[in-house]
Amino acid sequence: MKLGTSLIIGGLLFALAIVVGLLAPWLAHTDPVMDANLMNAEEPPSWLWWFGTDAQGRDIYSRVVYGARISLTVGIVSQLVNSVIGVTLGLSAGYFGGWWDDIVNGLTNLMLAIPSLIFALAIMAVLGPGLTSLLIALGLTNWSFTCRIARASTLSLKSQGYVQAARVLGYGDLRIMITQLLPNMLGPIIVIGTLGMGSAVLAEASLSFLGLGIRPPFPSWGSMLSEARDQITTAPWLSVFPGLAIFLTVLGLNLLGDGLRDILDPQSRSRRT
Amino acid sequence: MTTAPLIEVEDLRIDLDGRSSRVAAVEDVSFRIERGETFGLVGESGCGKSITALALIGLLRRPLSVASGAIRFEGREIQSLSAAEQRDLRGDRIAMIFQEPMTALNPVSPVGRQIAEMFVLHKGKSWREANQLAVEALASVRVPAPERRVNDYPHQLSGGMRQRVMIAIALACGPDLLIADEPTTALDVTVQAEIIELMRNLCAERGTAILMISHDLGLVANVCRRVAVMYAGRIVEQRGSDEIFRACAHPYTQGLVDSLPRLGTRAAHGRSRLREIAGVVPAIADFPSGCRFNPRCAQATEICRTTAPETTWLDAGGLVRCHHHA
Repeated sequence: MKLGTSLIIGGLLFALAIVVGLLAPWLAHTDPVMDANLMNAEEPPSWLWWFGTDAQGRDIYSRVVYGARISLTVGIVSQLVNSVIGVTLGLSAGYFGGWWDDIVNGLTNLMLAIPSLIFALAIMAVLGPGLTSLLIALGLTNWSFTCRIARASTLSLKSQGYVQAARVLGYGDLRIMITQLLPNMLGPIIVIGTLGMGSAVLAEASLSFLGLGIRPPFPSWGSMLSEARDQITTAPWLSVFPGLAIFLTVLGLNLLGDGLRDILDPQSRSRRT
Repeated sequence: MTTAPLIEVEDLRIDLDGRSSRVAAVEDVSFRIERGETFGLVGESGCGKSITALALIGLLRRPLSVASGAIRFEGREIQSLSAAEQRDLRGDRIAMIFQEPMTALNPVSPVGRQIAEMFVLHKGKSWREANQLAVEALASVRVPAPERRVNDYPHQLSGGMRQRVMIAIALACGPDLLIADEPTTALDVTVQAEIIELMRNLCAERGTAILMISHDLGLVANVCRRVAVMYAGRIVEQRGSDEIFRACAHPYTQGLVDSLPRLGTRAAHGRSRLREIAGVVPAIADFPSGCRFNPRCAQATEICRTTAPETTWLDAGGLVRCHHHA
């Protein structure tokens, strides 16, 4: 694929999801929760009901639009938490080494050994369903990949001439980590971050599907899928549209991650100019 | 100001910790550099030049460590300073430039920012002032159009330009000592001459002393007033640089001098091979007993194999470590 194409497509998809989420009150045709009308139950997609209606007669289009808010909030916030935890632990472990490295390594391996969805389920079970507990659960369970990448990057960057040079020029440890190491590992971290956002969106869907995330009647793409599973043969539009929304958002995030890596690498930047 | 020399190294010994043994990578190294002086450290790869330099700035890392001896900067012992005090010294009072200008600059940061960082770090300037000073610093190393160049990334610059940037960074805070570790090895010869000239002029203007480390005796003798020749972790000869070509006292130095190509010798003496020193520098773990140069030395006798020579003062000035010195 030509350089920049994936960035543009991914960026547009992700931007679309964000705009839809932000403008939900204006874009939605009806209130996603309150406007139930059994007279309109399970209408297929039409000019009136763009994405059809569900068993309670609620407009799927409006619910998908509002669902973007929850899915994106969970995706972005929980991945930010993951990135901060992962980078902090991985960078410091790789830089200082020794017993701290051993501890972080052990913890990372432990996290990788536990299926993250099961771990998130356990946290949700303790905290109870809801947006805040979702953010906590997903924010604490997915940092191990970021941590590994950050640690590995640190180990390879540490021996680079400019890191040595910085030390010779009197930089302190923190300054070396922030000005020399962090910017040079940002590429892979951002790629992992956007991919992680995608998987956080999926994890939210899974948890909600399992009934531990966002509870009905509030619309999240996952909870909508969960409600739709009984009617998948009789009213497929109930699952298709939330599923499509998840698919496009995650695809957009993955393409965006790819495209960002290309422009964040200064060497490829000069190749283009 | 104090009368103590700028930097004084006394009986320095640097140990290399192996799994089972400790060996001395550098031993009995003593020299002093006065303010504004130029001093050269010459030797083959692996003879301990670079780790001596790292010891000077307090940056030896395991498995290397200073085992004994003293390094004094303006009379203050570097080993006794706290980590923070050592850090304040580095970059501000003692700066260093490296062999590889390709890798010694942070690839994701514009060069101007990397220069400016020195003013922020050591002089407490605001970023605004520091950026202004960075343009001046870049102009002082004769980079054309410095106000535009500050925004360039290292990969946009040639090797020579990058080494100029390195010099600008190193000299940013007006250090008292500049350690130049093979500063021009990675550059081609014409650029080499420019960079050396630039470094020498800037340091002379500012009264910055230079410790130049190189394997190139000709280059060092050209830049430095005094030269120390290192072999296998020991200084074998220390002389004024004009004397070292005229009458070197140690067979190793003689070997280095002989291995330099001379202009015009072919016309005078006909076609002849350059002479080389047979063999290689021994590994740290198996330095020979006695004089460490004895396996490669043409003049070696029994005493060379058994007893390590002491340093002796030469009448003509300077030091030599050889049983058979001329």
